[in-house]
Formats: sequence, C-alpha cells, structure tokens
Amino acid sequence: MTNIRPYMRADAGSPPSLFPDYRSTVLRAPSQPPIHIPQTLTETTGPAGCWDRLMGGSMADLTTQHGGAPIGQRIIISGLVRDENGRPVPNTVMEIWQANAAGRYVHGKDQWDAPLDPNFTGAGRVVTDVQGRYRYVTIRPGAYPWGNHRNAWRPAHIHLSLLGPAFATRLVTQLYFPDDPLIEIDPIANAVPMPYRQRMVARFDIATTEPNWALGYRFDVVLRGHGQTAFEEGDHEH
Amino acid sequence: MNTESPDLETRNAAPRQDNLDPALFGQTPSQTVGPFFHYGLPWKGGADLVGKSDMGARPELFGEQHYVLNLSSPTGAPLGEAIEIAGCVYDAGGEIVPDAMIEIWQANAAGRYASPDDMREDVALDLHFIGFGRASTSDDGVYRLRTIRPGRVPGPGNGLQAPHLAVSVFARGVLKRLATRLYFADGEGNDLDPILNLVPEERRATLIAQPMDGGWRLDIRLGGDGETVFFDL
Repeated sequence: MTNIRPYMRADAGSPPSLFPDYRSTVLRAPSQPPIHIPQTLTETTGPAGCWDRLMGGSMADLTTQHGGAPIGQRIIISGLVRDENGRPVPNTVMEIWQANAAGRYVHGKDQWDAPLDPNFTGAGRVVTDVQGRYRYVTIRPGAYPWGNHRNAWRPAHIHLSLLGPAFATRLVTQLYFPDDPLIEIDPIANAVPMPYRQRMVARFDIATTEPNWALGYRFDVVLRGHGQTAFEEGDHEH
Repeated sequence: MNTESPDLETRNAAPRQDNLDPALFGQTPSQTVGPFFHYGLPWKGGADLVGKSDMGARPELFGEQHYVLNLSSPTGAPLGEAIEIAGCVYDAGGEIVPDAMIEIWQANAAGRYASPDDMREDVALDLHFIGFGRASTSDDGVYRLRTIRPGRVPGPGNGLQAPHLAVSVFARGVLKRLATRLYFADGEGNDLDPILNLVPEERRATLIAQPMDGGWRLDIRLGGDGETVFFDL
C-alpha cells in the first residue's frame, strides 16, 4: 500500500488544445476530451534531483558559449520557481531556448531572412537553488514573422521547459516581455485567456538590472502544487 | 553638491498586470514547444536509457557548433530486459508529425521509480537507471526509444498496475502537453489495470504497444480515426 500526494489539476489559465486562430492546433488537437484519471505513483513521481546525470551541468550564460560576444541587448532573467501553494521548488531544472536578437533561430528549418549570429546559439539550462531561485544571462530575442496568417509576427519570447518534481508538474511555456504590442495580437499567447495570459509577461526590474552591464527582468514560474493530502481508497479497512 | 535624489538609482517602473502581480498568482500557463526546440531540448542519448547511443537528438537540424547540450553519460547497464519502442506520430488528417517530441517516465525493472517521492524501501532502486527519456520524431514522424521493460507499480487501492510508461507528447500546434501511457500487449495485469479500465474498451488499443521486429510499436494519433487516448491528470 502506498500513500501518494496528488497534485492539483490544471487551473483556469490553462489553454485549450484547440485554438483555431493558431492554425496548427486544428489538426493537432485531440477531438475527444481527455480522460480523467486518479493520480498514481506514476504521476506523482519524476526525475527530480538527477537532472545533472540526465542532462549535464548548468549553462546559465547564453552570451559566452562561443568565441565572441553576441549581438543584441544583454539581459538578466531571474526569479523563483514555486508551486501554487507558494512553496519553493528547489533543485529543479529549467531548460531555455530562444531566437537571437534578430529573431532568427539557429535551427535549419527556420528560413526567415534575418542574420544568424555566430556567437549565439540560444540554448541554456539552469537549476533552482534551495530557495527555488534561478538566474540566467542572455540576449533579448527579436520578434519574427511566421506563417500562421498574412503579416503574422511572434512577439519576442523565450521558451522555457521545466520538469518539476513529478510527471504531473511538467511544464513547457514561453516568457514574454513587458509592453510588447505583439502579445495581444499573437494567437499562441492569446490561447491563454485573460487575465492569465499576463502571468507569462516578465517584469522589468531595476534591482535585477546591473549598472553598465545588463537590463534585468523578473519571471517567477508557478508549477502545480499538492492538493490536500489524500489517502487512497485502499487505505480504508476492508 | 549632490542634488540627485537617492531614489533615482533604485526606483522601479510602476507595477503592471504581469507575472509578479499577486492578484494573478497561479499556475504558469502552458505554451507550445514550437518547431525549433531541437537545439534546446533533446540531448544525444536522451532516448537511450540503456546504452551509449546518441538516440533522441536531431543534430542534423542545426550547425555542429550549436550543439551545446549534453551527451548522456550512462553509469552502467541497468537491470532487466532491454527493449526498443518505436512508433509514428500522426495528426488528425493522417499526416506524419516530423516535429514532435516524446518524453517517457517509467519505473525500473523491479517496479521502483527513481524519485524521492517513491519511498518504498522494499523495492530496489537501480543506480544505473533513471527512467526518464526524450526523443524527437524523425522526418518520417517516427520516435524511437531504448529502455528497460518496467516492473509493476502500485495503483490506487491495494492493487498493482500493469507495466506501463507514462508518455508526454509535445509539438508545434500542441498548446499543452498531451499525457498518455504505453502498455504492453502481453503485460501482466492489463485486464485489471485501474487506469486502462477507465478507458472505453474500444479505445484501449490506442495505449497498447504490439510486438514488432523484435521490439514494441505504438503509434500516436493526435486526432482523427483511432485517436490516442490522452489523460487529464
């Protein structure tokens, strides 16, 4: 018999799978509703604390991976990873990938006519400390056009991937920048209803900003948290 | 004489309705991985939980100098039966999905999760097995993984679950992770599995891998005929 501590389910900020304004969802969204299952040990466990064996060491500075300095605005992004009960999530991995300052990805299938930067890849990885804090240094990514509709432009964004403590807490999201007018006309960001969409907008922060060096932004990530501790049906006396 | 207000150095912009707004505190919403994740997520060896191959990554999709991810560094051979799992990912129109990413999470051969939240000390950990894997699909829409056939783990109540892998599907056009499972056609306890039994009988086959070419095959259909069962966890 095993006592498990289930996680709360997705909250009102979770996007639908089908959001027709984002055209790629039309053929890639399931048509059947997902089947509700109880969380078992499978869902409440995850590869916590062994990310370095899986993925290797931290790469918290995306501006020093090549011979020279990348072009663009150097920025610092820092924040906390917490669960929805406000508790820090320590020692958890956050993977980062993004376009360069011109909005171009190093990916071979990105055909946009903007320059690549030989000094910028745009991939990194950080791990939260015991208080759930993380920090990385990068270049502010550019906006770029995409094929969703005529004159479609993605707002500048950084892709983030977090494992959290369990299969149930897995999260892939995107960080947006404050005061970017493209956010409110972007079908991907707009799949998240207001006001929850604003949870993905970082805050400019003078305390994170370093004089004569880099602008700073704060971005806290909130993962699913444990609900009330529940004992399983099997714990009843039979 | 210094007439500057000390406030000049520390004053911040007025708070917006944003990530740090206490009124909005809650789960960070999910977004798609998009089509360009290959240099950032699937590391070489991420799909090989048993050996030292570079399965899982797509290094041909970007310049060699931009491969900054890790190579997996297995510590030794895990216990149990090594198996290969493969399948094709299809969209609702029956077209292959060449830019999907599949992740797995599973117990070791003895049925123990390498997680601090699996506290059963009577089931042995395997120092050479973590049980997390990540595979990109190929240009043909195919994912491949090499792993260990998992043991059975407890389910709700007093019973055991049939051997299974937890599976996540990510792709361009997939706004939130699609969670599913992979069972084995000859798996002990499939007929009594508490999760499989929540699935309408006519859809269970979408979760059950079949033996093929010495390995196991399970296609994933995001929609349309034979749509894979996805779970709300």
